[in-house]
Amino acid sequence: MLEVRDLHVKFHNRDREAVAGVSFTLKDGEILGLVGESGSGKSVTAMSIAGLLPRKKCDYRGDVLVDGEDMLHANRALLRKVQGNKIGVVFQEPMSAMDPLMKVGKQVEEVLEIHTDLSPEERKKRAIQALEDVELPDPEEVYNKYPHELSGGMLQRSMIAAAIVARPSLLLLDEPTTALDVTIQAQILELLKKLNKKHGMSMLFISHNLNVVRKLCKRVAVMQRGVIVEEGSTKKVFFHPQHPYTQHLIECIPARVKVIARKHAEEEAEEAGQMQPAEGGQTVSADSGNAASADSGQTGGDRNG
Amino acid sequence: MKYAARRILALFITMILVSFLAFAAFHIISGDPARAILGMNATEKQLEMMRHELGLDKPFLVQYFNWLLGFFSGNLGISYSYRQPVASLIIPKLKVTLVMVLISFVIIVILSLPLGLRAAQKSGSRFEWLRTTINQLCMAVPAFFLSILVSYVFGIILKVFTPGDFPKMERDLFGAIRYLFFAAVCIAIPRIAMAVRMLKSTLIEEMEKDYVRTAISRGNDRVEVLKKHVMKNSLVPTITFLGQTMAEIVGGSIVVEQVFGIPGMGRFLVASISNRDYPVVEALVVILAFWVILSGTVADLINQKIDPRLKLGGRA
Repeated sequence: MLEVRDLHVKFHNRDREAVAGVSFTLKDGEILGLVGESGSGKSVTAMSIAGLLPRKKCDYRGDVLVDGEDMLHANRALLRKVQGNKIGVVFQEPMSAMDPLMKVGKQVEEVLEIHTDLSPEERKKRAIQALEDVELPDPEEVYNKYPHELSGGMLQRSMIAAAIVARPSLLLLDEPTTALDVTIQAQILELLKKLNKKHGMSMLFISHNLNVVRKLCKRVAVMQRGVIVEEGSTKKVFFHPQHPYTQHLIECIPARVKVIARKHAEEEAEEAGQMQPAEGGQTVSADSGNAASADSGQTGGDRNG
Repeated sequence: MKYAARRILALFITMILVSFLAFAAFHIISGDPARAILGMNATEKQLEMMRHELGLDKPFLVQYFNWLLGFFSGNLGISYSYRQPVASLIIPKLKVTLVMVLISFVIIVILSLPLGLRAAQKSGSRFEWLRTTINQLCMAVPAFFLSILVSYVFGIILKVFTPGDFPKMERDLFGAIRYLFFAAVCIAIPRIAMAVRMLKSTLIEEMEKDYVRTAISRGNDRVEVLKKHVMKNSLVPTITFLGQTMAEIVGGSIVVEQVFGIPGMGRFLVASISNRDYPVVEALVVILAFWVILSGTVADLINQKIDPRLKLGGRA
């Protein structure tokens, strides 16, 4: 579905490559988490996939294949066909990512206006359906609201509605929950899970927060300074981080959250009836607080928690 | 329409304040209108009688309220120097200036919108320095100099119109408009340069905003984004600017009227100030102030229609 091979991006006004040789694949219906601090190149990777790279301002090479189309080198006409239609994007700040002077419904419809021959009535129906899909109460009312009349959570739901209204096969989520408070964050994650199940939509979920990624993604890739330093199942990366940088990221998560996370993982494993022996043996000491780093036994050189 | 009602009330209150200031200012500054009318040889008794006739011996506030009441009933007083009703003196001059200002405004709108769009599109291109230089030159040239230049080139060399010989509007409307057109161009040029610069920076700023990236991620190309989103978002600062322009070109018209010899409001104002013709000056100041405040209010009302957020009073 999505294949990124040896992606390099370097902006003209920077010395260092923003993305320095990133490769990964995303299968149909999968949710992949991309984690890293700001400046690690995760957003630039997403922009490259969505065809939003400011090509005049950077050098780039590699392959970004979305259903076989090379998004990195595609011309405008081809990009236009793919953008919004095959790839939906949700950005971090819903308030600034929406046109303040256009009604929410019209913005949800915009994709259909560009990519389909549907009549205006038909488009409106589909838009309201999409607003319903993202579980907004009273979608018809939301349709006629301006962005400033909605809360951040509602706006982000509307943004998701706009991204999925044309039923794209890939959804790029660039820090979609970062600007929201924790309860809304949890609701949005739930919603994304549901949408993934219901429509089988592949998702690339970008966040600096490993704990948020853990709740949504089965697989995760950790980025630092433009390269993927660690990749694997979320459980493995979260409980047995191999790279010092990943360990550092996990240290940033409060201890209590880690304990809860481990409990969840155990319950899940029990349900599945396949407790992994490697993990099981060490869980006993996990309550001590510094669970993850104690587990790994590796003390990274760049740790300064 | 609560917002509109509020704005119109504010307009009214401001006008009352302005009228009071205008009235007070000309009663505080030195100079005796009676002396100005009767000349240096008048006796004290004659001056006394004249002051009584003009109502200048009454208390200040009484004078003001009488004047204000007169204003509402269309009686702007009697000109000291012409001994005629102020209204009948002002109206023909008002017409001339109004026509000139409107022509000027139309020129500004017609030229600056496409030029501004183009400047934004061409930003960063090879000849940008040339555009910027021309723009700054147009902005820096004083209106009186432009007026002299235009009079000389189009009036004296090309003989498209006769400088100093303004045809009466009632008799030769087309000739009058042609004459006013050249003056209007002189008023418009610096404002066009400013408008282009403002539009360029507004458009570039808007194109950098997050919602543009969102729109592109949906499959719009840049021209579509410009048409569907950026133009509308740039409209609010543009209309505010045009409102200011509407107000300022009236001020700019004073100098240009002098150079072209146009019998408009600006020229009349200058003459009346030196004649100490208070009723005329006060009426003109109030009309000018009304024009300025009206321009701002109309711009605000239009903006509030475009941007629903302005209703909340969030953004000024």
